[in-house]
Amino acid sequence: MAGFCYFPQTGEDIRQMLDRIGVTSMDDLYCDVPPEFLHKEELNLPDAMSEQQVRHFFESLAAMDPKLKVFVGAGAYDHYVPAVIPYITSRSEFLTAYTPYQCEISQGTLRYIFEYQTMICNLTGLDVSNASVYDGSTAAAEAMRMCVACARRKNTVLLSKALLPQVLGVVKTYAKYAGIRLAFIEAEGGRTSLASLKAQLESGDVAGAIVPSVNRYGIVEDLTGFAEALHACDALLVQYCDPSALAVLKTPAEWDADIAVGDGQSLGIPLCYGGPYVGFMACKKAYMRKLPGRIVGQTVDAQGRRAFVLTLQAREQHIRREKATSNICSNESLMALWVTVYLSLMGPEGMRQVNAKSSAGAHYLYEKLLETGKFEPVFDAPFLKEFVLKPLCNVNELQQRLCDAGFFAALKTEEGYVSFCVTEKHNRAEIDALVAAI
Amino acid sequence: MRYYDKLVFELSKPGRSGFSLSQEWADAPLDLDPALLRVEAPVLPEVSEVDVVRHYTNLSQMNFGVDTGFYPLGSCTMKYNPKINEEIAALPAFLGLHPLQDPETVKGARTVLDWTDRLLAEITGMKHFTFKPCAGAHGELTGLMILREYHLSRGDEGRTKVIVPDSAHGTNPASAAVCGLEIVEVKSNAAGLVDVEELKPLLGPDIAGIMMTNPNTLGLFEKDIKEIAALVHGCGGLLYYDGANMNPLLGAVRPGDMGFDIMHLNLHKTFSTPHGGGGPGSGPVGVAEHLVPFLGVSTSGFHGNFGVILRALAYILMLGKQNVHLAGRLATLNANYIKECLRDAYKLPIDSVCKHEFVFDGLIDDGACEGKAGATTLDVAKRLLDFGYHAPTIYFPLLFHQALMIEPTETESKETLDDFIAVMHKIAEEAAADPNILHAAPHNAPISRPDETTAARNPILKWENEN
Repeated sequence: MAGFCYFPQTGEDIRQMLDRIGVTSMDDLYCDVPPEFLHKEELNLPDAMSEQQVRHFFESLAAMDPKLKVFVGAGAYDHYVPAVIPYITSRSEFLTAYTPYQCEISQGTLRYIFEYQTMICNLTGLDVSNASVYDGSTAAAEAMRMCVACARRKNTVLLSKALLPQVLGVVKTYAKYAGIRLAFIEAEGGRTSLASLKAQLESGDVAGAIVPSVNRYGIVEDLTGFAEALHACDALLVQYCDPSALAVLKTPAEWDADIAVGDGQSLGIPLCYGGPYVGFMACKKAYMRKLPGRIVGQTVDAQGRRAFVLTLQAREQHIRREKATSNICSNESLMALWVTVYLSLMGPEGMRQVNAKSSAGAHYLYEKLLETGKFEPVFDAPFLKEFVLKPLCNVNELQQRLCDAGFFAALKTEEGYVSFCVTEKHNRAEIDALVAAI
Repeated sequence: MRYYDKLVFELSKPGRSGFSLSQEWADAPLDLDPALLRVEAPVLPEVSEVDVVRHYTNLSQMNFGVDTGFYPLGSCTMKYNPKINEEIAALPAFLGLHPLQDPETVKGARTVLDWTDRLLAEITGMKHFTFKPCAGAHGELTGLMILREYHLSRGDEGRTKVIVPDSAHGTNPASAAVCGLEIVEVKSNAAGLVDVEELKPLLGPDIAGIMMTNPNTLGLFEKDIKEIAALVHGCGGLLYYDGANMNPLLGAVRPGDMGFDIMHLNLHKTFSTPHGGGGPGSGPVGVAEHLVPFLGVSTSGFHGNFGVILRALAYILMLGKQNVHLAGRLATLNANYIKECLRDAYKLPIDSVCKHEFVFDGLIDDGACEGKAGATTLDVAKRLLDFGYHAPTIYFPLLFHQALMIEPTETESKETLDDFIAVMHKIAEEAAADPNILHAAPHNAPISRPDETTAARNPILKWENEN
């Protein structure tokens, strides 16, 4: 047959193999399929493309859209991606391996996951991290399930209304089908309200609460009193965090949170139209056995050398089936490597600078935007790299002007505000150009 | 592969750095109340760029991937990952797209999703797909939510149970549980197939549907699928197709034609995207026409793993209509060839034509004799590592005590299969002569067998500075 580059069998190979099996054609190997289900005609797919045609096809699609400078966050942050990261993560020994079930030939994967777990623990201050889940939203949903699993007999989880919209959406979806009751903590002045939390706790059925570290308005939350109020009711505090910001902000452990979750995308993962990203989950040691997903542990091999294995697997679906802590199997391992290499390069000083530069740029933009007279402040609350303003002009026209000038900025929020974000990728000159376009 | 013992933290030296940022605002103070700031900077490595590159290169060299060698891991479809896919996924124009951009400014990305939807619909016989699920199990969960939503929309609230065969992947019952469904297990018959007579009494007004893997985890086609579909639909339930085993059907059989209402695909299996050491995957869920209104279930933050979808579309375009019909057939040919060549040394519990994979139940002669334990499936798996192969899936499915599940995929040549078959025969001979060689394997992997019991009993889950 005419060779296809991914299929190595020659016509002669196929004939010999069929002979060995004792059949005359490959269709004979489908003798157990009722004939009516065997698809006889050609599938209605495009003609096979050459590699060059495929490349051209995608380059044409990629060229359809303007290249915009991104000044929006809202859960996906345009931080700089050092050249080393894709170089390492595209090494085929990492890229083309499967889950490290055969630990003797998977020490590379197991070691970077162990390093990743350590970094997540050090950023959050918590004791135990898993090997990753799909994204920040699903991490929050898993944390909701963990709260109920840890609490026993209590079935309500509280959500701050200041959480990102997509996080609220996914948690609500999971809760609906899992039969978990949700209740909401109001935001006052752009911040999650402690009074509202306390009022909700009076129901006596609260297993935990999920509150943001930096919220949907970009405001850095002050969680004084939250853990105390929740713990007094035997409920858990879950913090939804931007892990990049955790390099400078008070940690979940310092707030006495029990679980921290969020999206690792801000740690050097490209925007890529929303994925792949990586959800992180960390918790206090007491809740370790309720944590979903894979966990890597250190041990020794038969010669006493340090070695790493998947451990505490009695929590997982391939052992426990319907009694597992979660259904998760494949996670986002390669994106965890992405984060691990990023944090290795940046170190504590690099992470400080990323936050300093992003924050300074954001505060500069905030002042410049107010000077245009086209916006009003909404909240008087501290922010880091992201903020909202009230527009005094037509937002659609504003967004069009910005787009024409090469910017994605002024994201319209559900509340009618516009949201901006600045990262270390953008300098003063670019911010001035953005303001000029307004 | 050689043993390398460092962790990146152990290369750290205060004052060293591996980043490069412009100095503008680099030392700007944070405009935040100190009460909102962490007391101490996090402990992260302080290493140079070359340290990072060498460290991770060394780690990678203790790893085995599809590019390293044959990876016959059953149910995981470790086919070759084409390199053009990686270049497409790395196009800067795609990497720079923010997920919340106006659709008018992401026409290229929307076209990628539209094309993939249309082509997957044609390949599977489904109507439309959602791309939100980020992996196979995530697809199962999303699909089951759609299934429940369908019943709820009809006011049919009593359908709280889902039937799952005893041979199913562990994710099936786990996903059903996360979705709030009660699991009813249906037994396999002696031929390794869902027992229709066992199924019948389970059906009733409380059944939301059945989850089927076809071919199932024994690699056997559920040939009673037409009757099963009629029975389940007859009782008002829906049929869910676990696409983990879709590969042998690629270009040959369409789940939609068999009566399935909902299915997921593992793009990282059937559609050649790399497994990445355990993700990122992508588990798009397809539905028949009557379920399209329920596709909006939101189970991830944005649009799913777009970078993975790009790779899968590139693969489908390379295959085209001229090659797609061969993918499944060659995978099936390869599996049957190995099975026939090795059944003289390994127990074949069910003698039948298989699809993309098959299961042995351990060695025919495991070398056991008085005072000497025989070689187990675990031993065979570990000994294979010595010869430069990844091991098959072991101890799954749970139907057999010494299950050894082999899936070669279509991208392996006859020479690769013949070499593997010769090594499997050699291992069988070694076991018969002296199983201790196998008990002690692997002998030349970067590490020998680890102490997993201690790892679980006294968990060390992060690096601590001992100084």
